[in-house]
Amino acid sequence: MDWLQALGRRGLGVFERLGRASVLLFNIIGGLHTLVPRPALVTYQVFSVGVLSLVIIVVSGLFVGMVLGLQGYNTLVDFGAEESLGVVVALSLVRELGPVVTALLFAGRAGSALTAEIGLMKATEQLSAMEMMAVDPVRRVLAPRFLAGFVSMPLLAAIFSAVGVTGGYFVGVGLLGVDEGAYWSQMQDRVDLYDDIMNGVVKSLVFGAVATWIAVFEGYDAVPTSEGVSRATTRTVVQTALAVLALDFILTALMFGEY
Amino acid sequence: MANQDQQQPLVEIRNLSFSHGSRKIFDGVDIDIHAGGVTAIMGPSGTGKTTLLRLIGGQLRPQTGTILVDGEDVTRIRRGRLYQLRKRMGMLFQNGALLTDMSVFDNVAYPLREHTRLPESMVRDLVLMKLEAVGLRGARDLLPSQLSGGMARRVALARAIALDPMMILYDEPFTGQDPISMGVLVRLIRLLNDSIGLTSIVVSHDIAETAAIADYIYLLSGGKVVAQGTSAELERSDSAWAQQFLQGLADGPVPFHYPARDYAEDLLTPSSVAAAARG
Ligand SMILES: Nc1ncnc2c1ncn2[C@@H]1O[C@H](COP(=O)(O)OP(=O)(O)O)[C@@H](O)[C@H]1O
Ligand SMILES: [Mg+2]
Repeated sequence: MDWLQALGRRGLGVFERLGRASVLLFNIIGGLHTLVPRPALVTYQVFSVGVLSLVIIVVSGLFVGMVLGLQGYNTLVDFGAEESLGVVVALSLVRELGPVVTALLFAGRAGSALTAEIGLMKATEQLSAMEMMAVDPVRRVLAPRFLAGFVSMPLLAAIFSAVGVTGGYFVGVGLLGVDEGAYWSQMQDRVDLYDDIMNGVVKSLVFGAVATWIAVFEGYDAVPTSEGVSRATTRTVVQTALAVLALDFILTALMFGEY
Repeated sequence: MANQDQQQPLVEIRNLSFSHGSRKIFDGVDIDIHAGGVTAIMGPSGTGKTTLLRLIGGQLRPQTGTILVDGEDVTRIRRGRLYQLRKRMGMLFQNGALLTDMSVFDNVAYPLREHTRLPESMVRDLVLMKLEAVGLRGARDLLPSQLSGGMARRVALARAIALDPMMILYDEPFTGQDPISMGVLVRLIRLLNDSIGLTSIVVSHDIAETAAIADYIYLLSGGKVVAQGTSAELERSDSAWAQQFLQGLADGPVPFHYPARDYAEDLLTPSSVAAAARG
């Protein structure tokens, strides 16, 4: 019976954390309006969350696009359909790999940094000091970071996809001899603004919200010691990865399920 | 302070009980903090001195009891009122707790920029005045990581008085200071208290320094106030607690040992048996 008890306790623990995280999200969203007179707080975070993730996004996007070019060509050429390479590369990126891989990279690059920063601010009593100065850290520290992540993710995903399409072009057209006109025109014909691109944007908005939510919650909820912060950082990366992959399945089923 | 009994205390703690989980930190504590004075709260490490400051600042809520700060009960107050009240309290954290991503100047300016709409030129003047008061006007462009522990605490003090509060709470201001910065801080606390009419609460276990500046001292141990009085009264008192604490005796009412089972029995029990017995 011990294991049943332990399972029950764990389950309760999960729900308790989920509850606290939801209350925090509620407070963050309720505090977003206080950022209106302080846009600098947000732009600074967009810089540190978004701009500093650019390099890893661009490099990864390029390689993923090139791999898609190779794999897609090898499959398509058997059917004599290598002209459609552009469509395959673009759809894979815009619908799936752009939002998902960007979110995974974001968790590793920006999410972990957010958690560590907030956790250390807690451990060094900076958050307490703000509270005692009558400044709400949820509004001043968490809300701008949350908003910055939410805004940055779709932009990063778009850049990832754009670079990936170019990578596929280099390999497909440059290396393997696919017709350049076909690569681009088929892509233009078959990639739909609403069905494909907008759905991809919706995905990355959801991933952006979830990834930053997890990151700021883990930092804010961290045990205020060096060990506690390091554990929280690990949890951010793992939980974001799991949440993004699970949500991706659900969103894909909802968006493309009728096919 | 001769008229201590006549006036209403600025902070009035009654029947305060507080537990962290199952661990009882306070058990029926009564404390009065009188306006205009320096009140010391002393006790061994881990008695809950920091916890007491957080209770007064409304960051923690007690299980029972009331804490009146300037007539308002912070244990029941609404959040908006609490934040208004906190603007009139400064808290000096044990390690300063400066915001590490901004300069000394911006740290001191932070409360002014958050809570007032003063023009930047006036913010600058005020910040320089506060930094001058703690002797660090020349350090305004340094980052917190470039400060020594004593300097960081003085910057935090300048920040704490930025909004001209009615009261400052000091959490172990002397711990880990070299003799010079210790002396500087001791004088600074007294000077600020008397020159701008503050009320100070100093939490500490450094007897000599604290006794030198405190008008009134509370000794805490085991969740209760075990002795109180002016430092002269405490020295003369026959309370075993006061004597142990003031003289720094290892053993007395505050035991040297953390509660444990019998020493001989502990040594004679093999660890596996002990583990089984505990489990
Ligand atoms: N968040 C917490 N959860 C559980 N126990 C705590 C917590 N914070 C402090 N304590 C315990 O409360 C006691 C009092 O802590 P504290 O107020 O920091 O003591 P002091 O400042 O007098 O050294 C300590 O024994 C500490 O272990
Ligand atoms: Mg303490």
